[in-house]
Amino acid sequence: MACIEARGLRKTFDTTVALDGIDLRVEEGRILGLIGPNGAGKTTALNAILGLVPYQGELRVLGRDPWTERDQLMRDVCFIADVAVLPRWMKVSQALEFMTGVHPRFDRAKAEGFLAKTNIQRNHKVRELSKGMVVQLHLALVMAIDARLLVLDEPTLGLDILYRKQFYDSLLTDYFDGTRTIIVTTHQVEEVQNVLTDLMFIDRGRIVLTCTMEEFESRYAEVMVKPEQMAAARALKPIHERQGLGRTVLLFDRVPRQQLAVLGEVRTPSIADLFVAVLGNHAGQKQGAGL
Amino acid sequence: MNSQANTFSGPLESRAISPAATAAVRPFYWSIRRELWENRYVYLAPVGAAALFFLGFLITLVHLPGKVRGMEMFSPMQYREAIAGPYDIMSGAMMLVGMLVSIFYCLDALYGERRDRSILFWKSLPISDRTTVLAKATIPFVIVPLLTFVTGIATHFLMLVASSLVLLANGLNASELWTSISYFRMSWLLLYHLLTAHTLWPAPWYAWLLFVSARVRRAPFLWAVLPPVALAALEKITFHTSHLGNLFAERFIGSVATDSHPPELFPTNPMFHIHAGEYFGSPGFWIGIAIAAAFLVAAVRLRRYQAPI
Repeated sequence: MACIEARGLRKTFDTTVALDGIDLRVEEGRILGLIGPNGAGKTTALNAILGLVPYQGELRVLGRDPWTERDQLMRDVCFIADVAVLPRWMKVSQALEFMTGVHPRFDRAKAEGFLAKTNIQRNHKVRELSKGMVVQLHLALVMAIDARLLVLDEPTLGLDILYRKQFYDSLLTDYFDGTRTIIVTTHQVEEVQNVLTDLMFIDRGRIVLTCTMEEFESRYAEVMVKPEQMAAARALKPIHERQGLGRTVLLFDRVPRQQLAVLGEVRTPSIADLFVAVLGNHAGQKQGAGL
Repeated sequence: MNSQANTFSGPLESRAISPAATAAVRPFYWSIRRELWENRYVYLAPVGAAALFFLGFLITLVHLPGKVRGMEMFSPMQYREAIAGPYDIMSGAMMLVGMLVSIFYCLDALYGERRDRSILFWKSLPISDRTTVLAKATIPFVIVPLLTFVTGIATHFLMLVASSLVLLANGLNASELWTSISYFRMSWLLLYHLLTAHTLWPAPWYAWLLFVSARVRRAPFLWAVLPPVALAALEKITFHTSHLGNLFAERFIGSVATDSHPPELFPTNPMFHIHAGEYFGSPGFWIGIAIAAAFLVAAVRLRRYQAPI
């Protein structure tokens, strides 16, 4: 069953089009990275999925209409919107008590287990915690909910490398079990490259690329082209060209690797490089060269 | 707390315990608790004010024996008049504190969570906007009047006990003190007055404040005060009348106009006759309730439809 299914999902604010009729299908048990520049419509898409804003078009999340059935849906869905949203006056113990009180799927013992691995004390208030600890607390609360969909909007914004790494590590080891679905938006794409199962680029309210990570690895290849092979390489129609370490790096889409191997060293590109290539072309030509 | 909480920790268990009731009541109960966690002044202010008042009252007790000695020929009514002042002032002070707490609370209730963006956390939980707004409305409409009442009568009781001890220690009779103050009638009148004059009558105001706090992006106090003031001023300039201004003010400071009684009588005076039928039967009362309900519905819709931040 599809966890999220959207057809012609559209959202406008006054004159600006935030979502321009997107179609989307996310199967259960996937970890989808929603990548896009600022103002691309990522947060709007997530808000629609979470039933926070009304929209046009068709959208089903876990078989429900998120706008009209939001209250029921939120038993199966949880989200971390940004780092600074836990109420600052709240004590850690109050957060645990409150979650136990209101959420039928919250497992307090589990949350306390996660917290035991951190330096967070029960009598601390959120305002006394460091930014990284607030995220640890929020993640502990969210991972203790037996939810079917977890939405993370820039969850690691402003955190140092250690906390960021730890965040995705615990998400994968302690939470993800292959049946839950996770959607994450982030600008730190290099960190999620090995976490994701699916990738989606979004720009100006449209989906410009969607693929699984297996497809990503087989489809795209990056070649550090030897200078003398440049003409031959360009003949294979790279989708992007950039300079790196004195070499020219070309990015190819659907060109067999053995064909590329003669041109230079072949490797899988980073999501960031593909992002620049696809979005750069998209911005330049407007028809989405990545598709 | 722990053992009770654990009963509900598993999804299966909680579903087994009357799912409908659990689903409706638990989030509401916990939402009120969390309002009290966040806004501790809601109970600290009345208790603190009462404690302060009581200390002041204790100091004035040095004059009590002399005063009572001079009142031996007084009729019960004269006796009460001479002795009840501090009790009435206490009631009045508690009402004022309750009013300030409610105003302060309502202005921030649905504004603060958007300002600090914690609304995104609250909205990530299975609690409907209606439950949240109703839980917040419970503070001015139930919690504050109840706390005002309880701290008020508790302080009255302590004042009577302290006065009696002082009188007894001076070899004077304390029983007249209790009969003239008539503690239970005074408590009941205080409850009635709090409910009618300070809860239901100004309900449109409190609901309006909640609505404004759900609506504005900044400066909720200005948005709450300026429109009524502007309307009243407009009426004054165009028609040279002040019906609106009077209406707004009268709704705010209580039901003096709706409860017929000698105006010099304090509402908790045992001689005070309540006219509940008149009060609850008046169209003004029901119009006020309807306006308050409309503002609350609008606040729920705003919280639902507005972009979270």
